[in-house]
Amino acid sequence: MALTFDSNREHRLLVLPALFDEANKMRRQTVEVMLRLELSGVDTFLPDFTGCNESLQPMAEQTLANWRAGAEAAAVHFNATHVFSIRAGCLLAPPHQPGWRYAATTGAKALRSLLRARTIAAREARKTEKTDDLVILARKDGIELAGWPIGAALFAELEQAVANTDSQQATIEQSDIGGAGLWLRAEAGEDPEQADMLAAIIAMGTLEP
Amino acid sequence: MSIEPAKEAVVAGEETEAGLSPLPPGRSKVDVHLREILRDVLALDPEQVDGFDADTGLFGHLPELDSMAVASLFTEMEDRLDIIIEDDDVDGEMLETYGGLLTFAEGRSTTEDTPEDGSS
Repeated sequence: MALTFDSNREHRLLVLPALFDEANKMRRQTVEVMLRLELSGVDTFLPDFTGCNESLQPMAEQTLANWRAGAEAAAVHFNATHVFSIRAGCLLAPPHQPGWRYAATTGAKALRSLLRARTIAAREARKTEKTDDLVILARKDGIELAGWPIGAALFAELEQAVANTDSQQATIEQSDIGGAGLWLRAEAGEDPEQADMLAAIIAMGTLEP
Repeated sequence: MSIEPAKEAVVAGEETEAGLSPLPPGRSKVDVHLREILRDVLALDPEQVDGFDADTGLFGHLPELDSMAVASLFTEMEDRLDIIIEDDDVDGEMLETYGGLLTFAEGRSTTEDTPEDGSS
């Protein structure tokens, strides 16, 4: 399943979204960028990863390797000329594809936030959960974090995962577009100025001869 | 992260650009950064965050601050203030008010700071 803006144009951008809790928070902004690119002459494709959203595959059985293969397959399927990956989506970007990585993060950082949310929620419920214990549990049996069932294999992969260093993709930092990253916020939202900047950077890079 | 000249101006001991000091004196760097972090995480107006004082309620008082939001807040604090926040550090006191959170952050931070209390 994918959200696509496909007019059979020459310039075709695979969009790899933020993962887990950040997926929800960044969704509207991601689509805002895609809408702008659509107007600029770039076709865009935002796949759902197996185990996520309407996928019929159980999330708990997913692995980073699956998702990376899925990203490669999506690039082929949509005839992508470029890739735009967002936050932990950068961990999945096919390295040979030109494009951009926006505010890349590591798997370890993604897990850290999720683990922390769990220990804080436990504290609120007057239970004690220690991060170290949760990590041991997760590596053995997998774990549910912020409502996301993460299998043991995925957890272990994420602990080590960084964006591919061989890639030719350009880096876009939050400071390049101004304002604060929308993944920080408690609720999903959009920021038109940030979306304008992101779309402009991508459009210029995609459409230039 | 962009640094706004007006905020730079109030950090004690540093040169001001235009000589303007719209914010109260005596704010440590950690205090300035912590307000920026809360502004970003809570998506509040700068004026509102600027009005936070030691007794301003956080967790339990601001509906946006659920456990995932607090996790984001701590991750940003770690990154921007260059500190580590362990499980055991997290207690009601540091989360309940702005003053508690600031005290914690200042205690952890090794950033050089010259508070405006007359000591040097």
